[in-house]
Amino acid sequence: MTSFLGRRIVSSAIPLVFVVLGVFCLARLTGNPVDLYLPLSATSQQRAEFSAAHGFDDSIPVQLWDYLTQAAQFDFGTSLRTGQSAATMVLDAFPVTLQLAGVTMLLAILGALLVGSLAAYRPNSLIDRIAGLLSMIAASIPDFWFAIMGVLVFGVGLDWLPTSGTLGGAEVWVLPIATLVIRPFGVLVQVVRGSMVGALSAPYVKVARSKGAGAGRVVFGHALRNAVTPVLTVAGDLTVGLVNGAVIVETIFGWPGIGKLMIDSILQRDFAVLQAAVLITAVTIFALNILVDVCHALIDPRVRQAVPA
Amino acid sequence: MKPSTLPAPAAAEGAALEVEGLRVELRTPSGTVRAVDDVSFSVRKGRTLALLGESGCGKSMTALSIAGLLDPVAEVTEGSVRVSGTDVLRLSPAGRRKLAGPGLSIVFQDALTALNPVQPVGRQLAEPFRIHRGLSRREAKEKAIELMTRVGIPEPRLRARSYPHQFSGGMRQRLLIAMAVALDPDVLIADEPTTALDVTVQAQIMRLLRDLQTERDMAIVLITHDLAVVAQRADDVVVMYAGNVVETGPVHEVFAHPRHPYTKGLLDSVPEHAVRGRPLPAVPGSPPELSAVPSGCVFQARCPLAQERCAQERPHLVSVGASRSAACHFSEELDRV
Amino acid sequence: MTDPADRSSGDTTPEATSVATPEAASPRTRPPRWWLLLGRDRGAAVAAVILGLVFLIALVGRLFIGDRAIRQDLKASLRPPSFDHGFYGLLGTDVLGRSVLARLIEAAGTTLYVAVPAVLCSLLIGSALGMWAGYHGGWRENIAMRTADVILSFPSLLIAVVVLYVFSPSALNIVLILAVARIPVYLRTARAESAELRSRLFVDAARTFGTPSRNIIYRHILPIALPTLLTVATLDFCFVMLTESSLSFLGIGIQPPDVSWGLMVAQGRQYLQTAWWIAVLPGIAIVLTTVSATVLAAWVRLATDPAQRWRLTLPKKRRGARAAVSPEVIA
Repeated sequence: MTSFLGRRIVSSAIPLVFVVLGVFCLARLTGNPVDLYLPLSATSQQRAEFSAAHGFDDSIPVQLWDYLTQAAQFDFGTSLRTGQSAATMVLDAFPVTLQLAGVTMLLAILGALLVGSLAAYRPNSLIDRIAGLLSMIAASIPDFWFAIMGVLVFGVGLDWLPTSGTLGGAEVWVLPIATLVIRPFGVLVQVVRGSMVGALSAPYVKVARSKGAGAGRVVFGHALRNAVTPVLTVAGDLTVGLVNGAVIVETIFGWPGIGKLMIDSILQRDFAVLQAAVLITAVTIFALNILVDVCHALIDPRVRQAVPA
Repeated sequence: MKPSTLPAPAAAEGAALEVEGLRVELRTPSGTVRAVDDVSFSVRKGRTLALLGESGCGKSMTALSIAGLLDPVAEVTEGSVRVSGTDVLRLSPAGRRKLAGPGLSIVFQDALTALNPVQPVGRQLAEPFRIHRGLSRREAKEKAIELMTRVGIPEPRLRARSYPHQFSGGMRQRLLIAMAVALDPDVLIADEPTTALDVTVQAQIMRLLRDLQTERDMAIVLITHDLAVVAQRADDVVVMYAGNVVETGPVHEVFAHPRHPYTKGLLDSVPEHAVRGRPLPAVPGSPPELSAVPSGCVFQARCPLAQERCAQERPHLVSVGASRSAACHFSEELDRV
Repeated sequence: MTDPADRSSGDTTPEATSVATPEAASPRTRPPRWWLLLGRDRGAAVAAVILGLVFLIALVGRLFIGDRAIRQDLKASLRPPSFDHGFYGLLGTDVLGRSVLARLIEAAGTTLYVAVPAVLCSLLIGSALGMWAGYHGGWRENIAMRTADVILSFPSLLIAVVVLYVFSPSALNIVLILAVARIPVYLRTARAESAELRSRLFVDAARTFGTPSRNIIYRHILPIALPTLLTVATLDFCFVMLTESSLSFLGIGIQPPDVSWGLMVAQGRQYLQTAWWIAVLPGIAIVLTTVSATVLAAWVRLATDPAQRWRLTLPKKRRGARAAVSPEVIA
């Protein structure tokens, strides 16, 4: 178990490092922030001073070294745009994204397990067909359009829900969550159904039925735990997408999340904030991947035992 | 009461399992095909009946339809299956579940996939007691350990917590058998229980099955393609070909004097009967596709005796001696050969 | 390897030794032609027709609309859908008086010119790398898989923003970004298939004859992995289309005066309350196309999986009267 975890930690850390380094270098390709923050009339001396003050005149490796040494001391720099500490800005935005992602995935997974299992229990039944079609539509609807339609119908037309903003009670959550949940739900229903159909036609399910097990025992006692592994993997990937920022939802509904912060920082060449944001999402995704692996190991004893190939 | 395996229903009074006129149809992309056609047999308690045939001849399909475990593509369209007198095909799902375990149970071929990979074996063995006897977790576990001891698993108390992949093939098969006999079923169906195992382990498993049979007075339906296993372990035999029964009777009689050319062909192809220096005889050709079973005799294409009549008229299973029957127009002649 | 529904049984193994495509292989054991199967599944047939229409419009539509997609006519601004203004007025006009129908047709072209090359690129590169990595295993497999992990871990929208910011947001750049971002999907699928196949007997047999690994991959692994890869590609077509629309909606994808469905939704957003049709109709176009692709992908997956194909035959039973469709006689 420990060696299994160790290997997974190492292999999950590789992307983490690449992402942080990659974004650092790519961001600098977008140009020097000087052009954006100083007026066109600024003298070349002013420009040089600005660059030197923020370290933009150093070569990229030097800048990277500075960044890494400061980051090691939990100093992530200050925002060019607001003058605030980058860490503060990111820590303000990240909980919003985490909340959105958490609620979304919880609803999507629970809903998908229920609907997918129901559909799989009788393949080709009416329930299966309806669930199949609905999940396909859900998985392939453009989220920005769905959000706009939601605003049009429930915000503007019926005036039941606020069209944007985070102030208020539960009602401000409805449209953003509905927009976010629809695609993961559609995808997961299909995954649950697929793996559940597979599990339910496995020989051990025949054996369980030959022991006289009823539908509940067959589905929940035997099939579910076997079927849940691929669901977990896909759910993990979907969560990664959400943690990286629900830019569309954050933009349309005006939620100050990490996705919008990242896009704004790149557009404003606010490198310190961008790097801090990417670092925190990358670390979260790293932790998430480890969590998924631990869950795999808890669910399937064969994974726990697996020896390195 | 007449001897056991005549297809006539009256012959089987007191039988633990009676199958009569069983017909199973399969839906395939190219249409519906008949995988099992008019199969009848019966077994009494304490006796073993072998269903013998090549793979794809419908013997496993027969077993699954008796146990009510057919996949949704397949459907029993005709016939009846009586376990200790109850027609299980006409039972409600709940009624069937009640019977599954104490009435009838089944041992599958591939024990690795037949055991749930993510559950400790002790829990899987305890399940019959939990379902049918309503025992508590602890009581059921004690029963499971008892069973493991009975089928010869060393250190059962410790091993009950292990998972299927941590056992050897033979041990897994023992576990599967233990699970099947947990509630002393009247009928035990064993679907190629030793095919996946080494020869030495095969013998041990067959001995275990026989011991359990004597001990618990079960009727066993042994599904196999292995003539040696049939010869050693079974009392009666039903030979199947392309979904049809071609010959039935007591093993020693059928094997000594086969009355169907297919049975004869099978027996001739066993190396023990071969003559040194001559090629091993084999039944030429291969069984028909289920979608292309000919309208006359199912075996006509490979039969050395086939004549025009065989192409037009399907031979029925007719009595060819005390408690024996065969489905061949020329079974009398075959006996004289 | 522990897969009980052994896919090699009957269906794939014998044919795999020839270069035959799955459809052409062994007509005897595979009597129903694919279009007959398609015809039996009403949903999939409708999806195929819709997708076909979209492709047709994308290919030839521009020949008919002329410059109507960009021709402004301020007198005709924000006309609702009606029959009064000829064919191109059927779906109304936008704020600059441009025909929404003409713009939808124009945008169908743009959308597909981005999505199809992107999917093809990632399919080709990803599958080739994946089969190579899976067949050889070892360090090649490791490198390929870690690269896929890295690509997948990048916040794709962020990278898109950076790249489109550094280079110009041209259609070509969007195609490249989408293609690179989706390579890992095919890489992983192809690797899994080929890693499983490499231990099969027929591959061993080919290897003992000294067949170069390139040929083994091409002749023995590709034909079997292809149906799965094509299914993934069909599904991914949706994903790529949706991503392009999202990018265009956010203003970092297709730029005016070009037009794509996502951009049309963005442009219509501010007139949502007065002129719903500008944002709603392109959205419906996206939904129809992506849902059709998903439905078709699901069907392809079913039709190419021997263990699942029977499901396609189920509805026939309910249409008892029309069973004459399949004339095969059963003994």
